[in-house]
Amino acid sequence: MVVTQAQAGNVGSPFIESLAGKVDVAFDITGLNMWYGSLHALGDVTVQLPAHQVTALIGPSGCGKTSLIRCLNRMNDLVLNARVTGEVLFHGENILSPEVDAALVRRRIGMVFQKPNPFPKSIHENVAFGARVNGYRGEMDELVEKSLRQAALWDEVKDKLKQSGLALSGGQQQRLCIARALAVNPEALLMDEPCSALDPIATYKIEELLAELKQRYTIVIVTHNMQQASRVSDYTGFLLADESRTGRLIEFSPTAQLFTNPQDRRTEDYITGRFG
Amino acid sequence: MEGQLFGGAGQVQARRRFNVIFAGVCLLATVFGILFLLVLLREVLAEGAGWLSLDFLTRFPSRFPAQAGIKSALFGTLWVIGLTALMAFPVGVGAAIFLEEYAPRHWITDLIQANISNLAGVPSIVYGLLGLALFVRTFGLGRSVIAGALTMALLILPIIIIASQEALRAVPTSIREAAYAVGASRWQVIGEHVLPYAMPGILTGAILAVSRAMGEASPMITIGALTFIAYTPQGPLDGFTVLPIQIFNWASRPQPAFQNLAAAGIIVLLVVLLAMNTAAILLRAYYRGKVKW
Repeated sequence: MVVTQAQAGNVGSPFIESLAGKVDVAFDITGLNMWYGSLHALGDVTVQLPAHQVTALIGPSGCGKTSLIRCLNRMNDLVLNARVTGEVLFHGENILSPEVDAALVRRRIGMVFQKPNPFPKSIHENVAFGARVNGYRGEMDELVEKSLRQAALWDEVKDKLKQSGLALSGGQQQRLCIARALAVNPEALLMDEPCSALDPIATYKIEELLAELKQRYTIVIVTHNMQQASRVSDYTGFLLADESRTGRLIEFSPTAQLFTNPQDRRTEDYITGRFG
Repeated sequence: MEGQLFGGAGQVQARRRFNVIFAGVCLLATVFGILFLLVLLREVLAEGAGWLSLDFLTRFPSRFPAQAGIKSALFGTLWVIGLTALMAFPVGVGAAIFLEEYAPRHWITDLIQANISNLAGVPSIVYGLLGLALFVRTFGLGRSVIAGALTMALLILPIIIIASQEALRAVPTSIREAAYAVGASRWQVIGEHVLPYAMPGILTGAILAVSRAMGEASPMITIGALTFIAYTPQGPLDGFTVLPIQIFNWASRPQPAFQNLAAAGIIVLLVVLLAMNTAAILLRAYYRGKVKW
């Protein structure tokens, strides 16, 4: 911890060297703190997340990885007693600023949740809803088809677009949720343990999908599955809660480096299975 | 030895026996309720069915049982309950939406919440006194349909608010988050998702509340609903009587024929209640059908 903080004091970001000059930055996070009531859930996170790459956030339960990802699209605004301080620049704009419309932030930065949560409406309406409420004026059927194709679901549902989204299997539901997120043409996609409720085959399909989606979208994925992080991501952040249950970012590196040559003792302990 | 740590065949038998006993007790409780309802219905039908006729529905009350009808009370009830539902439903659902979806959580909203819960338990006669003082006297509405409907609306408002809040709360957070996550505004989330999913539950609460209002006699007596009128209300400012008052009035007379009239009145009240509940259940089924759970 001492090392990290010392670095933070010197260069502003402890992990800035790893990104500077190499890739575009999507999220530039500085001094991000978050509280749930009196619980300091996220402590002083400063990191840059690359654009058009997959960033994985790993760590044991309660380490703050979900709290962190929910700061990136103002989802924590909806949580009672949640408080966020610090700065999150998304392509240069501070999305935490109260002047920025949270709904607009969420349209630009989509989210896929841990448990598939389609609306109890038709598959078509599930995808069309976001576009409609954001004033989409194009051809809706085309958009629905395009989004479902992007989510690799079109062939499975094209004949039953009027059926309930909840009639699909778990894996299909999650891909429907991805299609729903893509339909509003976001720039980034936040995924909060998107495969934790899915079987291995459904998980494999989503992971395959990620590789394609990162061509167009910046992807941040929270996962408790280290194999998944190493399979799908280009960069990985490791979070860990300290003694007062405050989640802190311990290490952020290119995925290959984090898993083969971790710089922090705690990262090494975690990825070798010594705790968590 | 694991065989000794856990109960053997005897323990399984004992558990089974308890299951059977418990199911039996629950069955008894159900039968008890239904049995008494049937006895009541049988009594009422035996006494009143013979007196039911089109004339009974289209005549005004009379001193002579053979000529008495229930028209004024039936129309009075439809007027009062119709206006009550019209006022209480939007206000109640609106208050519930505000408290659940918009209001910040602090001591003021906690206080409001506690008061609403308390109000749901206040005896109806108290609402009658409030209606008398406020609507009849202060607002000068007199003993009118509108004064009665306002009083009834106040009476059932807390019930509608609480039931609607429960229904709104039952909409999963995951659905709200899903809608917010694609950039929907608060109203879009409420109007397109939360309300439609909560509507069946809200309607169930509203049905129960309105049904309760229809059977209430005491607040109507307190605000001075007339017991003997030979006209139907033509507008909200006219005098009125309602079915429970007419029934009470007949039941308290000494002549046995009026007891039959009271029973016939009860049958009419039950039919109106049933018709309203059926309508509400159909409405509920319609909203359920729109949601593809």
